[in-house]
Amino acid sequence: MDLEAVIKDLQSELGQAVLGVERGRGEVGLLLSPERVLTACQRLRQRHGFDLLIALTAVDYWPNEPRFTLVYKFYSTMANAFFGLRLPVPGTAAEVPTLENIFPNANWHEREILDMFGVRFTGHSDPRRILLPEDWEGHPLRKDHPLGYEEVQYTFNFDEIDRRKPYAVE
Amino acid sequence: MPAPTLEVSFDGLKHLVSSRALEGDTLLLNMGPQHPSTHGVLRLLLELEGEIVLNCIPDIGFLHTGIEKNMEAKNYLQALVMTDRMDYLNNIGNNLVYCLAIEKLVGLDVPPRAQAVRVILTELQRIASHLVWLATSSLDLAAMSTFLYCFREREIILDIFEMCSGQRMMTSYIRPGGIWRDVPDGFEEAVRQFLRLFPRRIRQYESMLTRNPLFIDRTKQIGVLTAEQALQLGVTGPMLRATGVAFDLRKAQPYSGYEQYDFEVPTATGGDTYDRYLVRMEEMRQSLRIVEQALNRLPDGPFISDNRKFVPPPRAELGTSMEAVIHHFKLWTEGFSAPKGNVFLPVESPRGVLACYLEGDGGPKPYRVHFRTPSFAHLQALPLMSRNHFVADLVAIIGSIDIVLGDADR
Repeated sequence: MDLEAVIKDLQSELGQAVLGVERGRGEVGLLLSPERVLTACQRLRQRHGFDLLIALTAVDYWPNEPRFTLVYKFYSTMANAFFGLRLPVPGTAAEVPTLENIFPNANWHEREILDMFGVRFTGHSDPRRILLPEDWEGHPLRKDHPLGYEEVQYTFNFDEIDRRKPYAVE
Repeated sequence: MPAPTLEVSFDGLKHLVSSRALEGDTLLLNMGPQHPSTHGVLRLLLELEGEIVLNCIPDIGFLHTGIEKNMEAKNYLQALVMTDRMDYLNNIGNNLVYCLAIEKLVGLDVPPRAQAVRVILTELQRIASHLVWLATSSLDLAAMSTFLYCFREREIILDIFEMCSGQRMMTSYIRPGGIWRDVPDGFEEAVRQFLRLFPRRIRQYESMLTRNPLFIDRTKQIGVLTAEQALQLGVTGPMLRATGVAFDLRKAQPYSGYEQYDFEVPTATGGDTYDRYLVRMEEMRQSLRIVEQALNRLPDGPFISDNRKFVPPPRAELGTSMEAVIHHFKLWTEGFSAPKGNVFLPVESPRGVLACYLEGDGGPKPYRVHFRTPSFAHLQALPLMSRNHFVADLVAIIGSIDIVLGDADR
């Protein structure tokens, strides 16, 4: 499949929304502004035959802006080719339209991103956390979220550390 | 004294169940996470009418261990050991996808011998993983003897892994640039012995199940998925091939030298639980073929790259070469650095497409690692597959997905 033709077609369709073309290490993709993602995906699916949303994830570039980047990877079973989209999303208004109506399996992937990064998806049918408990605070894969550790207790300060340990409360 | 009541709150899930359930016409039943047929810690919320499943809402995350976050805090080599713990039935395959991603990111070549050993071990791992699937999914259908036979053969494969790496499961044997050590004496003989033994054993399993009327009753036309539905839900691997789509990354986009081997991609057309069984049984045979070919032409030569910026020097060099001492020190303290950039690397795991998204920032630690895992994707198809089936069939369907919750939750 001619991926350059796909790029040209998307560029002419989306115009200014295409922020750049990404090539490297045998991968091809576009940098796209988030508001046009539905048009791009619709076109990729219907006109270019990318029928499988293979991966959907995010990266946090804190403290830089735009803070998040969403990474979409599509696969075409007919043409045996991968195509990627990258969407820069500002940290102040982290909201992207959901892909659920075009690729139903985006449902869980978007829930995972909501869970781990706190990026919201407008129009999502089931915006709940997926891996972490409902009452969890924060979004762990954000770069400003601490990794977390447990203080080492020695004999001389065992009680002191024990007192401030975050035990579960009923 | 009043009997203790067990109350489960469904408040957050009201938008997912029908209005009949809220009025009490249908029954909401909690299944798992400690249920033996949910293969680990999968929790399902079932909406039942009598014994018929109207809807099922999977709830995952009980095995979430924050592997992606933890990997960001370790250097590339330290993070490798975490990949073993993700999909605990496909440890070698997880090592492979992570190492291939690193190699693609930094541009590291792998010697042919290492590639062939990688192929042998991942295919053995595929057989071992399918054996666990066959064992547990037929145990769910009350075929206890199959379970015992499958675990007997799996033990032989785990012994081969132990021979190579010292570990039965968490091997970390595949390293960036090649493999940890060369395969030991007796490796070839052990694998050949398995190759001689196993075709007979596959026939034995098949004689217990393929034409068994009880097994056929429980699996035919159960959990049907069409090719279109499967693609829409991101289903890959044997589940997709059982619907008739011959998509296998080992053929479609070969890695690690799979293009040299002659093997077929088995497919079926029904898309039901029985067809998934047929596809996986045939896949074990094809894996045997690949192992045999790779073993026959196992090339001599180095087993790991000699690029000293990424691969530590052998012990013998440390006594004579100052440069080797410097490389050794740098690699075992700071670790190697990968350039800025990102790669996406998909491989075919026993369950489906396993992909690693790896982003480097120029430092010795990965900036972001994400694993696209097949179990996570496949569980999304469970509500669709189980609709209007009996609860007992739901158990068969869960078994046929071949989920590993460590893979889904990471």
